[in-house]
Amino acid sequence: MFRYFSELWTGVWSLAVGMGITFVEFFKPKITLHYPHESLKMSARYRGHIQLIGDEEGKPLCVVCGMCEKACPSNCISISGEKPEGSKKKVLTSYQLDFTKCSLCGSCVDSCNFKAVEFSKEYNLASTRKEDYHFDLLKRLEERKQ
Amino acid sequence: MTLTFLNVFAAVLIAIAFVAANAAYLVWCERKGAGFIQRRPGPTENGPWGLLQPPVDGIKLMTKQLLIPGGVDKIIFMVAPVLAMFPTLISFVTIPFSETIVAHNMNIGVLMIFVFGSMSAMALLMGGWSSRNKYAMISSVRAVSQAVAYEIPMLVTTITVVMIAGSLDLMEIVHKQSGGFWHWNIWPLQNGLYNILMPVSFLIFFICSLAETNRAPFDLGEAESELVAGFHTEYSSMGFGLFFMGEYANIVIGACLTTILFLGGWDCPLGLFPGVWWFLLKIYALIFTFIWIRWTFPRTTIYNLLNLSWKVLIPISLFNLLLTAGLLKVF
Amino acid sequence: MNEPVVLQPDETFVLNVGPQHPATHGVLRVKMTMDGEYIYDAETVIGYIHRMHEKMAENRTYTQYLPNLSRLDYLSAMAYCHGYVLAVEKAAAIEVPERAEYIRAITVEMNRISSHLVWFGAFVMDLGGFSPLMYAFDDREQILDLLEGVTGSRLTYCYFRFGGLYNDIDDDFITGTRQFIKRMRKALKMYRNLVTNNIILMTRLKEIGPISVDLCQRYGATGPVARGSGINYDVRRNEAYSVYPEFDFDVPVFTEGDSYARYNVRMEEMEQSLRIIEQGLDKLPDGPVNPEKKIKTVKLPPGDYYTAVEAGRGSFGIRIVSDGDKSPYRLKLRSPTYSNMHLFDEACRGMLIADALAFMGSLDLVIPEMDR
Repeated sequence: MFRYFSELWTGVWSLAVGMGITFVEFFKPKITLHYPHESLKMSARYRGHIQLIGDEEGKPLCVVCGMCEKACPSNCISISGEKPEGSKKKVLTSYQLDFTKCSLCGSCVDSCNFKAVEFSKEYNLASTRKEDYHFDLLKRLEERKQ
Repeated sequence: MTLTFLNVFAAVLIAIAFVAANAAYLVWCERKGAGFIQRRPGPTENGPWGLLQPPVDGIKLMTKQLLIPGGVDKIIFMVAPVLAMFPTLISFVTIPFSETIVAHNMNIGVLMIFVFGSMSAMALLMGGWSSRNKYAMISSVRAVSQAVAYEIPMLVTTITVVMIAGSLDLMEIVHKQSGGFWHWNIWPLQNGLYNILMPVSFLIFFICSLAETNRAPFDLGEAESELVAGFHTEYSSMGFGLFFMGEYANIVIGACLTTILFLGGWDCPLGLFPGVWWFLLKIYALIFTFIWIRWTFPRTTIYNLLNLSWKVLIPISLFNLLLTAGLLKVF
Repeated sequence: MNEPVVLQPDETFVLNVGPQHPATHGVLRVKMTMDGEYIYDAETVIGYIHRMHEKMAENRTYTQYLPNLSRLDYLSAMAYCHGYVLAVEKAAAIEVPERAEYIRAITVEMNRISSHLVWFGAFVMDLGGFSPLMYAFDDREQILDLLEGVTGSRLTYCYFRFGGLYNDIDDDFITGTRQFIKRMRKALKMYRNLVTNNIILMTRLKEIGPISVDLCQRYGATGPVARGSGINYDVRRNEAYSVYPEFDFDVPVFTEGDSYARYNVRMEEMEQSLRIIEQGLDKLPDGPVNPEKKIKTVKLPPGDYYTAVEAGRGSFGIRIVSDGDKSPYRLKLRSPTYSNMHLFDEACRGMLIADALAFMGSLDLVIPEMDR
């Protein structure tokens, strides 16, 4: 008989404690972000899609060694270059990234010995066509330079 | 309170308008309350503070296709939502909001409200039975057994209060509690009656009104994240809308009844300026508590629910009834 | 409810708890043969999200396979990467600097807390309480922000490399983590008051889904499922790897075997993970995080290698069969959820359906990990 009432009492008390906690939470400030009215600034190491790094003149540092293309697990990168007359180094002519297959693993950034690619901070890409995600990174570098 | 037909008709219309506006805007209150408890804002896009959200939701519900699945029992299927909503609207007619604001006061007010309240159990059963769906039937069977089990302690505590007041008339019950909060039925002493179990009685009545309206933590009938959507799985558009509004109207009725029976109706806590604003303040405080409880606790299972009613609430409320009767006889 | 229920085998119907589940487990199909509300028998049908990770390993080099591991059990992805990296390093005899080992342990434990917070929120939401989910996700947001500041990703980390890490941690991470530990201890106390001691939850979980030690051993259940039944086995203690022998932590074991015991095991594990993180931060040595010689391609000597780690759900094992090539000949992933799930078929006989779904929630299933 006593156990009946003591269980009843502990039960009711636990409910009251729970209600007290949510009552206090009612008055605390909101923790959600009002996207799209407010938006976040990404951290420094955030992994958006990769982008080429340019030197002072805006030319890509890439020497078309092809390590990123070989390192990529998903075959996203296709890169081509040509050797202009009288120069030992290759010049980048096109760098295509198929972002629909990219898993943001970072193998390309890791494998580059010339620090030619880095992660961008793009996070709110949205489109209705798949072709919009086949990035031409050379064109993007030129657009960024402007 | 003249008895001309037009007056009564206008009064009934106003009562129905009050409850319909409540049913619509209680959804807003619930979503905002839920949001604040979970530390997020709730609806904010439609209108300032999201106040236009209920009309927009209503338009959305009305423009959906009213789908009647093949093989259902058409008449029962279409009558069930109506039966969930309209008896509640009608029972609003007897509730006194203040000394002078009541649509049509009857001297059997308490009985009227319970008569109409028990029709909602029928609506649950009809809704689940007529949809040709295993999940709906399981949940409507559970909801009916819950409704029946929790009506008993509700009636027993109401009889306790009616015995103290001496009449079934709602205005009489409130008049007996007038004059400040020490006269209210929730406290152990009123009118010279020292019944220490009256707050327990209030708690039992409150829990029963939570269970009667299928509110969490007793909402096995509907918010089953286990079994899809319960007895109103097959309803779309206004069928669902009527069930939904019927639930909120029931909440308002439950809060009104609790206030009248235990908290003194339109009486001011200090006995100074009685009026309809105190009544509205009390019912909205109770409705806030309903919302607060819903977003705090998990759901009970059907066995625990029925155990709570039959093994805890009914013995305690019967004991209280006997105690009150004894005390009334003695003092 | 305590007397044994006699089920009638000839009055049953089949209820298909289909691949699209209102509860948040993933694509799992359970065909339940029910007698009224009691389950007479259950048959789980899996494979709806089989993505052939083991086959993919045969076509990729060891370095190229790293992103795949995070996609297996995306909630505790770090532990999976840890297991793979340990297996390859052990086989190829690659030395890992000590600082990298400590940072690996710290990030894996933070990931474990984040995984248990998701389990906690989703489990209580299954039972009908919607608010603890929001509070748990707020705490989890702190962890994800800290890990994003270090690794750059929030969910599918590709942070470990063979021999070390992708990059080093900075001071922001250390101060942020210490603040997080204080905040999480307060939050755990709040969860205890709001949820663990709640009478409704206790009646909902106590004596539901009892799993005996014999059942665990027959199906090979590990992790909190086994520790909730009294089996004192934790891979971090019994087959210690990496730098775990240096840490002083307890392994919570409860003997009742019901859902409440499994719940308590996971809540206690969160507290122990906080202890490990604290000790890790205190003992963190200076030094490089990558070996001096940068590893170009990894080629394992021919042989059969197996390593197990303690992931969020149990013992995750990885077996590599190599024939000396750049890609493995065969890579086998031992998924803890696969073993934990299958005891549901036997344990749910005679349960009510609502209890069976609470039981499934307490097993902490992540279906993409089960189907690989």
